[in-house]
Amino acid sequence: MESKISLVRDEFLAELTKAENSADLEAIRVKYLGKKGPVTELMKGMKDLSNEEKKAFGQKVNELKAELTEKLAEKTAFLKEQEILREIESTPDFDISMPANLGEGSYHPVTLVQRQCEQIFKSMGFAVEDYAEIVSDYECFEALNIPKHHPARDMQDTYYLDNGQLLKSHTSAAQNAIYKKYKDALINDGVPIKAIFPGRCFRNEATDACHENTFFQMEGVMVDKDISISNLIYFMKTMLSEVFQKDLKVRLRPGFFPFVEPGFELDISCLICGGDGCPSCKHSGWLELCPCGMIHPEVLKAGGIDPEEYTGFAFGLGLTRLVMMKYGIKDIRDLNSGNLKTLTQFTDDE
Amino acid sequence: MFLSMNWISDFVDFEGLDKLELIRRFSLSTAEVENEIFFKGSDISGIVVAEIKSVEDHPESKKLHLLKVDAGDGQLTDVVCGAPNVRVGMKTAFAKIGAKIGEIDITPRALAGYTSYGMCCSEKEVGISDDNSGIMDIRENVANGTDIKDLYQVEDIVFEVDNKSLTNRPDLWGHYGIAREFAAIAGRPLKPLETVDLSEYDGLKKIDMKIEDSLCQRYSCLQVENITENVSPVNMKIRLFYCGMRSINLLADLTNYLMLEMGQPMHAFDSRKVEKLRIKRFDEPFTFTTLDGAERNIDENTLMICNGDIPVAIAGIMGGLDSEIVEDTTTLTLESATFDAVSIRKSTVRLGHRTDASMRYEKCLDPELTVLAIARFVKLLQDIDSGVEVVSSLTDERAFEYDQINLTFNKNFVDRYTGIEIDNETIVKTLTSLGFGVELSGEDFSVSVPSWRATKDVTMKADIIEEITRIYGYDNFDIHTTATPLYPVRPAAEKTVEDRIKDILVKRFSLHEVHSYVWAYYDEYKALGIEIEDNVKLMNATNPNIEVIRKSIIPTQLCQLKMNNTFAADYGIFEVGRVVEGYREDGLCNERKKLAVSLFSKTKSVEALYFELRDILLTLAADIKHLPLTFKTAEAAHGYEHPKNLNTIICDGKKLGKIGLVYPTVLKKIDKKANIVWAEIDVTDFALIEADSIKYEEPSKFPGIEIDLSFVSSKFAPIGEAVKNANCSLIKGIDVVDTYEDENGKSITSRIYFAHPEKTLTKEEVMDVVNGIIAELEGKGIALKK
Repeated sequence: MESKISLVRDEFLAELTKAENSADLEAIRVKYLGKKGPVTELMKGMKDLSNEEKKAFGQKVNELKAELTEKLAEKTAFLKEQEILREIESTPDFDISMPANLGEGSYHPVTLVQRQCEQIFKSMGFAVEDYAEIVSDYECFEALNIPKHHPARDMQDTYYLDNGQLLKSHTSAAQNAIYKKYKDALINDGVPIKAIFPGRCFRNEATDACHENTFFQMEGVMVDKDISISNLIYFMKTMLSEVFQKDLKVRLRPGFFPFVEPGFELDISCLICGGDGCPSCKHSGWLELCPCGMIHPEVLKAGGIDPEEYTGFAFGLGLTRLVMMKYGIKDIRDLNSGNLKTLTQFTDDE
Repeated sequence: MFLSMNWISDFVDFEGLDKLELIRRFSLSTAEVENEIFFKGSDISGIVVAEIKSVEDHPESKKLHLLKVDAGDGQLTDVVCGAPNVRVGMKTAFAKIGAKIGEIDITPRALAGYTSYGMCCSEKEVGISDDNSGIMDIRENVANGTDIKDLYQVEDIVFEVDNKSLTNRPDLWGHYGIAREFAAIAGRPLKPLETVDLSEYDGLKKIDMKIEDSLCQRYSCLQVENITENVSPVNMKIRLFYCGMRSINLLADLTNYLMLEMGQPMHAFDSRKVEKLRIKRFDEPFTFTTLDGAERNIDENTLMICNGDIPVAIAGIMGGLDSEIVEDTTTLTLESATFDAVSIRKSTVRLGHRTDASMRYEKCLDPELTVLAIARFVKLLQDIDSGVEVVSSLTDERAFEYDQINLTFNKNFVDRYTGIEIDNETIVKTLTSLGFGVELSGEDFSVSVPSWRATKDVTMKADIIEEITRIYGYDNFDIHTTATPLYPVRPAAEKTVEDRIKDILVKRFSLHEVHSYVWAYYDEYKALGIEIEDNVKLMNATNPNIEVIRKSIIPTQLCQLKMNNTFAADYGIFEVGRVVEGYREDGLCNERKKLAVSLFSKTKSVEALYFELRDILLTLAADIKHLPLTFKTAEAAHGYEHPKNLNTIICDGKKLGKIGLVYPTVLKKIDKKANIVWAEIDVTDFALIEADSIKYEEPSKFPGIEIDLSFVSSKFAPIGEAVKNANCSLIKGIDVVDTYEDENGKSITSRIYFAHPEKTLTKEEVMDVVNGIIAELEGKGIALKK
């Protein structure tokens, strides 16, 4: 009997060594540990033995069964591990430097810069207003204290339409409507007027790399009881430092615009050299950036606001110019060209 | 305009002050100075007065002369000179050995076999005129060896101010007005102009002069005789040259000099040609020859200076050829006048001819200048030519009166406007230095505006603030933030919607934003065979290629697709822009803000592209408004629209726009192999739709059921509509699982999701609904595929 046990073990081990996969193992399990297998046979053969012998032999058979079961489990675990290792081995190495296809959409660069500016103003409590492109002579000139014979009205600058309206030549054309929209809250509830109005403007002129007949500006106004020149300078410095994300120096020079008094040309310290002088600022250290000023009393009056009681400042930023400065665009006509080779580069920018 | 610091220094003593710093402050306080400042005379040295003692012709050269000159150093110097005007006894400018002219160092130099020990110089070489016809002929009796810079004002600091910076300041169109600014900036007094007392001539005869048209505001004139001098003093010529004018003769130079000094244009007539001075307009147009020889068309709006009925000058613009000073002129009539600024500007535009005089008149000159300019002119003329006689009394007529402007304000007004403390003493001093009359009583100021600032420039209190602050210096301002109360700022709905549209199109659908023009470009439309439909027009476009304002963005977008047809096989573009849909009832333009989207593909079927765009539109409505869109077949109304698959886009009952294909001929011109679909919606209308709220429904905890249904027919079954019509609350969604086409027709498989909030559904419970859907479609002849 002993020899039978050892024979079964040897045969089992021989087959187990040869097993290569889970199917082989299952076949071995059925063959040796199944109902018709040798272990069961050995159990059955015990019925002729004496009780003494039964006990001793039964223990041996049980030991054999336990041993075979354990060996089978070990081999099963081994094969599983081998399988995982093979899977890992067979996973290919990817080339992470493969050309990518992001399929990104793009914003117009004016949208990007406009949004950045809007964000800055919103953070300072300004309302963002939208305004028509087609306006009246009153909105564009009369309400802005631009008298009838002012050169800005000359036919060569402004696009006039056949019904007497015109394409707005500056975003200031929205000022009157903004004042009228907010004046009641100002007068009755003391809510200061703080608004910006980005928009498209038009000038009837020949186009070249530096001149466009269609371009964007962003106007801003603030009106309250005691708005001063000191506030204006502070505000322009703070706002422009945010726009250009550096601590700028600003400089005001007298500048004449009919809708402000006093009116200023505002210079910022050169973005390239910081004010030391370089070719891009023609060695002056300054860049002329935007006109601004204290809102002319006649303009406030036209907007229904008493200039004896209220004062305010206004400024006009050349959005298109900011875009060109920011991204180094050399030909202004690229912006309206619809040329996707140019425009698709502006995926997003915060 | 070029400005000479020497000239300005005639009127302000800058002793001990840094002139460059003053110019910088002028730029910050008055008007922008151009970057380049010219240091006249700084590039020459060692040029002295020398006398030509002998002249011999060069033996071999026709041009060259051999000179001996006395340069005041006790010897005669050999010089080889090619100038034609050399003569013995002539004094000239001589560059000695060691002298510098620009980059040139003067050294002994061999010329055609002789050595020249120095160089005789022309005015151009000295840098004081552009005359290079011969060497300088110095008429002053000065010692040989005198440095030319000691003899003449060769050295000067000249700076330029852009005329555009001075449009609102008529007083700054001459050196005297500029000097007033410098005086205020430097805190130094302004010297008065030296003039003659014209009342001395009150006893003389009047000139026959009459203003017959109030476009002439003031006309002053005076007659002088016996002018023997014809050449201007060198220093006067140098100033004119440095300021950009060429010397002509004494009289012409003097009128120019006066204009550059005082800003007052003057004109000198031959008195024989203006015996009866009349200032008027003519009823009929005619041609007139100006002193530059040009024939000009004069119309009934142009003010003329006349001799009786014969025009002799275009008022404020240019004199006539026939009344010019000629050789036998003995008596001059000096004109100094003020004309209506707008009239002069309009005449200038009509004539297409702008002069130094008209440029000044356009700015509203101070009418008080006319007489002062004549008094100054006579003074300068007499200084140069002492024999000059005045032969008439001052004849001066005004056609208008103006009020003295007085402004009152108090210190509090200044404080509020500036936001800083500027003391009363500074305010008074600043305004006084600029010529304002100031009275201060307690905290109350009363300011009278001088005539040279009163024509249009300073009319109200805020203007006074500018005067005070600009001289105070904006650089010196203490700056601080505002103290305003806080209120919420509500974003404008339309702006928010526009931003969200852009984000969805760019971020989710990878479209590209473009901009285009608000008008139709004839040639671009023509290239695609798109007709330009009648609409609002530009009246005055300088570009002949544009006139009509666009009604829709789509045609412009099609032009852009053509331009980009090789950009990529598949791409989409969009624009949020304006169009004009004709006129409104009140006659104003019906301006609308539109979103236009176009998809371009060389790989996808037109149908796939169409549904891609439809889904983009559905996403916009679902995302921004939480609302569905419906579509309704539309009739093609424009040449570029394909008559098939044109649908009106409807949201919440409002027609927002259209989605469609491109008419085949237009499509082929854009690209023969591409498919294009487009859609345009009204952004304002879309923004105005009230967004549906998010209606939360707790998801069922019980398993739902999915039913797949396949139909086949000659067209894709309208399964979505049938499901909607079933109106069953258990239906939670529907997906299209598969579509294909074969010889049996178009097959669509869709999956309907059912769920019950409180129990597990069985197939039997939903079969009624499912059968209803099947029945509806079968009713339309669409068979369920078994």
